[in-house]
Amino acid sequence: MKILGISAYYHDSAASISIHGKIIAAAQEERYTRIKNDPSFPSHAIWYCLEKADVTLEELDAIAFYDKPFLKFERLIENYYANAPKGFLSFITAVPVWLRKKLFLKDIIRRELKDINNGKKTTVKLLFPEHHLSHAASAFFPSPFESAAIVTLDGMGEWCTAGIYSGKGNQIEVFKELHYPHSIGLLYSSFTYFLGFKVNSGEYKLMGLAPYGNSKDIPPYINIIKNELVEVYEDGSIWLAPEYFSYTTTLKMIPIPKWESLFNIKKRNPEENIEQQHCNIALAIQKVTEEIILKIAAHAKAITKSEYLCLAGGVALNCVANGKLMQSDLFKEIYIQPAAGDAGGAIGAALAAHYIYFNKKRNNEVEDIMPNAYLGDDFDNESIKNYLHKKNAKYHLYNEETLVEKTVELLLEKNIIGWFQGRMEFGPRALGMRSILADARTPEMQKKINLNIKYRESFRPFAPIVLEEDAFKLFDLSQTSPYMGIVTALKEKYLNPIPKTFEKYTLAEKQAHQQSDFPAITHVDGSARIQTVSKNPDTRIRKLLEQFKAASGTGILVNTSFNVRGEPIVRTPKDAYTCFMATEMDALVIGNFILLKEEQPEQNRIHRKTFNPD
Amino acid sequence: METIKDIIAFLMDRKKYWLIPVVLALMILGVLLIFAEGSAIAPFVYPFF
Repeated sequence: MKILGISAYYHDSAASISIHGKIIAAAQEERYTRIKNDPSFPSHAIWYCLEKADVTLEELDAIAFYDKPFLKFERLIENYYANAPKGFLSFITAVPVWLRKKLFLKDIIRRELKDINNGKKTTVKLLFPEHHLSHAASAFFPSPFESAAIVTLDGMGEWCTAGIYSGKGNQIEVFKELHYPHSIGLLYSSFTYFLGFKVNSGEYKLMGLAPYGNSKDIPPYINIIKNELVEVYEDGSIWLAPEYFSYTTTLKMIPIPKWESLFNIKKRNPEENIEQQHCNIALAIQKVTEEIILKIAAHAKAITKSEYLCLAGGVALNCVANGKLMQSDLFKEIYIQPAAGDAGGAIGAALAAHYIYFNKKRNNEVEDIMPNAYLGDDFDNESIKNYLHKKNAKYHLYNEETLVEKTVELLLEKNIIGWFQGRMEFGPRALGMRSILADARTPEMQKKINLNIKYRESFRPFAPIVLEEDAFKLFDLSQTSPYMGIVTALKEKYLNPIPKTFEKYTLAEKQAHQQSDFPAITHVDGSARIQTVSKNPDTRIRKLLEQFKAASGTGILVNTSFNVRGEPIVRTPKDAYTCFMATEMDALVIGNFILLKEEQPEQNRIHRKTFNPD
Repeated sequence: METIKDIIAFLMDRKKYWLIPVVLALMILGVLLIFAEGSAIAPFVYPFF
């Protein structure tokens, strides 16, 4: 059974291909077009998936699109009907888009696939699993659990904005759904917007900003949120006060003047200074979000009677809340889909078609059906060398053992390394294939990478990549975290004492305070977003961490995605070399080659002044 | 034609018959808007549609 999964037209379009229920390849369109969060039809990603799987379009058993367009249209129409005459501007923006394109999705998909199919319209069966079913399938089927509770949380799908499901074998049963306009994702996004970050991509910045808030100052904000904006019920469902959310009828998330008078602060504009009050509001909404998620999870456990949990949907990328969920011990183990956002819908749609629609047996004990999320393009040494020759780049070629040794030497000398190996990761996180690496013990490293490499806000933390066996010694961790989906605290013995007056520190002073023995990966509250690296599979990043441990005592490094602000993660050797030459990165380790910045031809240097907002 | 058939099947399946006139009226209005629409529409902050 060969199924192509597609997500497109909203944000993060992507494609995946499953053969006999195993994901063979998956990629986001943004990596090809170099447009971050590209929503366009994922033609390049589809080309790649079919080529990697060595399958032609006509050989497919089905193509599964990750949501139901008619159901979405129904929600749209009912929304306008319920709110009329309010919402006319929104209506005249939305309806032409639907009448021209989205309503005719079947035809559009067939037309878009024509080029891939030698100019012929495909006759392959088209399936449209619901948006949240796609999320649920993306979380449950790749999980190692035979049965589990599934919770999906995002901005919105068709009607559903959050769901509780029960997965068993090859079936998923719907237990409860929360419907539009009441949405945890949109609540969080409203604060993202109010605090000056971009909706749909800046949410992780809000999450990163929250720990700078002062706990003692947030109760008034929490009261405002829970008394005025949102009613939180015991089962975790919520009711948003319509007077404070304008996305149902206008082109804005919120009525700004109302929020300004509610919180007694002006809406922050992008690139404006971040004040303590912004951090406090960020912490308040983060706490409320965690409360909602914990309540939903507890309710999911109660009604499904399951000991395991699977999570997906954009809100499942809130790894701080995931960490709280892990610490709550509600479940024995939690599986979080690495591509929890809409890109992961491409995987979920394909798997839902295979297991549910075609009723194929599931056999997860045998193998990981989306192998470590390493599902993207790879490039051999020959193709890397050809590119480097074309650029007259100076390189050193080593065997694997020496390459790893030399890289460790560079890291110990406090160099920042671009690391490009093997198949590209699927999802928003770099998991050791397209990463920027550095020594986590170096105090100035966080600021240096933020300002000179990534060109992004200095408050943003970096995640550690750590040997699985060391992770349990260093962090308060009760399960592995292979996909960087969980934030938890460093063990106390590695943390430095917090000064008594810490809450009075400015943002810059808080950042300057050395939190732990691993300052480059420790956030201001002593936490870190962990990626654990196990022995299986035997990857080059695992070898590097082992070698680094032998040299330094601990197998831990800074790991951030190989890109600069506003750009997608690098995919090809060309992307990697360009990014390397446009930043202050010291070395590039690509395949079996090491390139040192000081040896590169001056004409290859790229001097960039502006970066796209992210 | 396939889309129209699909929409009718969808409305029957959902048993939301009351939506039929609303959908028709709004679609007529929508078609008019396609012909009449201007270009200066504020960018939307979230892709709701």
